[in-house]
Amino acid sequence: MTNTPFFSGGVSRRGILKGASAIGGAAVLGPLGARMARAQPRRGGTLRIGVAHGSTTDSLDPGSSENDFTILMAHVRGNFLTEIAPDGSLVPEVAEGWEASADARSWVFTIRSGVSFHSGREVTAEDVIASINHHRGEESTSAAKPIVSDITEMRADGMNVHITLAAGNADFPFIMSDYHIPILPAINGAIDPQTTDGCGPYAIEELEMGVGARLVRHDGYWKPNSAFFDAVEITAIHDDAARQNALISGQIDYIDTVDLNTVHLLQRAPGIEILSVTGTQHYGLPMDTRAAPFSDNNVRLALKYAIDREQMVETVLNGYGAIGNDHPIGPGQRFFNTELEQKTYDPDRVRFHLREAGIESLSVDIHLAESTFAGAIDAGVLFSETAAAAGIDLTVVREPNDGYWSNVWMQLPFTGTYWGGRPTEDWMFTTTYSEGAPWNESYWSHERFNQLLVDARAELDQDLRREMYFEMQRLVSDEGGTIIPMFANYVGAHGNHLVRPDTVATNWRNDGHRIAERWWFA
Amino acid sequence: MSHILIMIAKRLAFGVLTLFFVSILIFGATELLPGDFAEEFLGQSATPETVAAIRRQLGLNLPMHIRYGEWLGILPGWTSMNAEGVLTGRCIEAGIATADAPAYCGVLQGDFGNSLSNRRPVAELLGTRLGNTLFLALYAAAIAVPLSLMLGILAALFRNSVFDRVVNASALTSISFPEFFVAYILIFWLAGMGGLFPSMATIRPATDFAEKLYLAFLPALTLTLVVTAHMMRMTRAAIINLLASPYIEMARLKGMSPIRVIVRHALPNALAPIINVIALNLAYLITGVVVVEVVFVYPGLGQLMVDSVAARDMPVVQAVALIFAAAYVLLNLTADVLATLSNPRLVKRG
Repeated sequence: MTNTPFFSGGVSRRGILKGASAIGGAAVLGPLGARMARAQPRRGGTLRIGVAHGSTTDSLDPGSSENDFTILMAHVRGNFLTEIAPDGSLVPEVAEGWEASADARSWVFTIRSGVSFHSGREVTAEDVIASINHHRGEESTSAAKPIVSDITEMRADGMNVHITLAAGNADFPFIMSDYHIPILPAINGAIDPQTTDGCGPYAIEELEMGVGARLVRHDGYWKPNSAFFDAVEITAIHDDAARQNALISGQIDYIDTVDLNTVHLLQRAPGIEILSVTGTQHYGLPMDTRAAPFSDNNVRLALKYAIDREQMVETVLNGYGAIGNDHPIGPGQRFFNTELEQKTYDPDRVRFHLREAGIESLSVDIHLAESTFAGAIDAGVLFSETAAAAGIDLTVVREPNDGYWSNVWMQLPFTGTYWGGRPTEDWMFTTTYSEGAPWNESYWSHERFNQLLVDARAELDQDLRREMYFEMQRLVSDEGGTIIPMFANYVGAHGNHLVRPDTVATNWRNDGHRIAERWWFA
Repeated sequence: MSHILIMIAKRLAFGVLTLFFVSILIFGATELLPGDFAEEFLGQSATPETVAAIRRQLGLNLPMHIRYGEWLGILPGWTSMNAEGVLTGRCIEAGIATADAPAYCGVLQGDFGNSLSNRRPVAELLGTRLGNTLFLALYAAAIAVPLSLMLGILAALFRNSVFDRVVNASALTSISFPEFFVAYILIFWLAGMGGLFPSMATIRPATDFAEKLYLAFLPALTLTLVVTAHMMRMTRAAIINLLASPYIEMARLKGMSPIRVIVRHALPNALAPIINVIALNLAYLITGVVVVEVVFVYPGLGQLMVDSVAARDMPVVQAVALIFAAAYVLLNLTADVLATLSNPRLVKRG
């Protein structure tokens, strides 16, 4: 397995960069990573978390979880059928185990007995079916609708749930770990999307959207050696300075986001540890491959060679990230293509591809907003500088934050995007690169790629799959419509009275959003 | 005296009319914003099917005058329809109406509806936040108003002295800095280094009053620094303006002390403009403090308004906008009544 997590605590930014480019997914441990063996986890205490997101318009409806506040809440109060372990592998959660038919179309999940809701009742197969059904059907408004649309039939039989898919999908159990699909209690065959119930480690005691929440440990939680805190308090603190201040002054134990411009100052504060994790979160610049001049792959390649990735990571991410290679698969993932040539800034190749495209001088606009991703405008300006030196006239058009995702992204030919990433290659490619996918942001349509995507999905032979995903990464990198210059680390910070396990998950922020379950107080 | 009551009644009637126009304006402005609730709510993860489903469920695909009518309560609020053609809507959800018996459940019936995003009643969303906003505004006003009146009177008394100059210069300095900067400076001095006060004013409904005063001290102090200059300088100017009048000269010639001249003779005649400025600043303390709320993590109405506008959550935007408008209407009315009362010529007339 190549999915060793790549994390570091307090490593110098050069160290992170070098580690990322030289050995990809291998673990790089800083001085803190090499810390002495830890004592046994201790129970007790109230974990106070400060998160950078959370809006008064958030909803309890699991299908609408879209920011770090609601996603974190989903994991603190809920359990899922499956769980992504800190090392990136998939382990059972509410499901005790599963089996697939040879074509990966029929799946049987066995529900664990003894998993209880906060309200007291035990989780049944019917609850699982109702929880998934909330995201299916024409009336569903769930953001997870596209990923469960392949389910054609579900049926309960005792503690087993039989699921039939329209086409084979070897990664289906991964999809069941999605943060939109916690298991909630069924009432007359359907879940109440506004319920505060759940079967996770902590039960909601107080909740005010956009302000914060307080959750207390669920006594009947089934998972052994887990959920060490008595209570968890989550507070939405939008202002970077306020968040970092609250951490330094001890009003908060852990903050999920650190402003990358001031991270070196925070690092100097006594008793504070920085947690920096390279996962699958990446920033991209999609081009509409149907629109001239981006319809010509030579133009796309010219732009890909006109961006200085190293400098991008150094300035926009302040070193807290890894360079990207124009495909969305992270260095820590199972089938990350280690043989693919890394694209670099190369003005000669830019000119070559422009000549091939028969274009004298290329002049394009890129539409970005501050909220596209942190530092998006800076990234655009930097790109336009390096592009100018290679003979491309790139103008950064600053768009308003408000309405960016509905009026600019996927509406104009050259924009910016970010993805938290998906745990499997298939999931990521299907979401943003397959033909006809609602989020195929570059409107890319590539016959060979689409064929490979379907074939690889149902393939259970790991070597064959690896080969297919390697080729798909090459296709997306060389012919795709999205420039992916960098993978941004998840950078959080905590007081050193809080102990984190030796391996921290990389699939999401906050130790895969499982911080309340996996961390403890010293 | 009765003409004052008539004036109040008239002004209140006009106030209601103002609120009505404000609601139309806000509704229209929300409609003009690019994107609607369904698109903003789903954000990057919107697909055409889910957007359509949300619009159907919430009735967002209806023409805007019908949605406004439903919200106001002059049209029955049961008109949204789901895919199976079954009528749904908030009056039905609330159990007031059924598909055969439409009911009106809008603002005119006293129901501000439910938030589109989390389906909670707007009244419930507003409840604690309105309380918090008023608490902070009153807290800041309780410090700022006496302070600026006192400083203004003293500055007028010792006009052109070193004291006057120092007070003026520091008041102007604090009003010239952006609020967040003042806030950061206070956090740095009073929360960071000394650790005297908390930098986060996370007030929960269960927090007791003394604790609230302690938690909200820094935000209140920030707002005090921001609003003091305006009121202080108006007090000073209004008093100094009067000092050249013959009746003040008469008082002086009678041998009164300067402080008595100012407090007994000049101040009562200077009250009208001072009251107006105070009212304006109080309205600002209620409606314009979102930046301070964000820096101090204070759960007030400002953040609710900003979030709701960003999500195009019309019922919440309307409710908050109406509260803000009502604050202006009522404070202006109060200021005018007090200014009238402070002028015996206006009280005795009619």
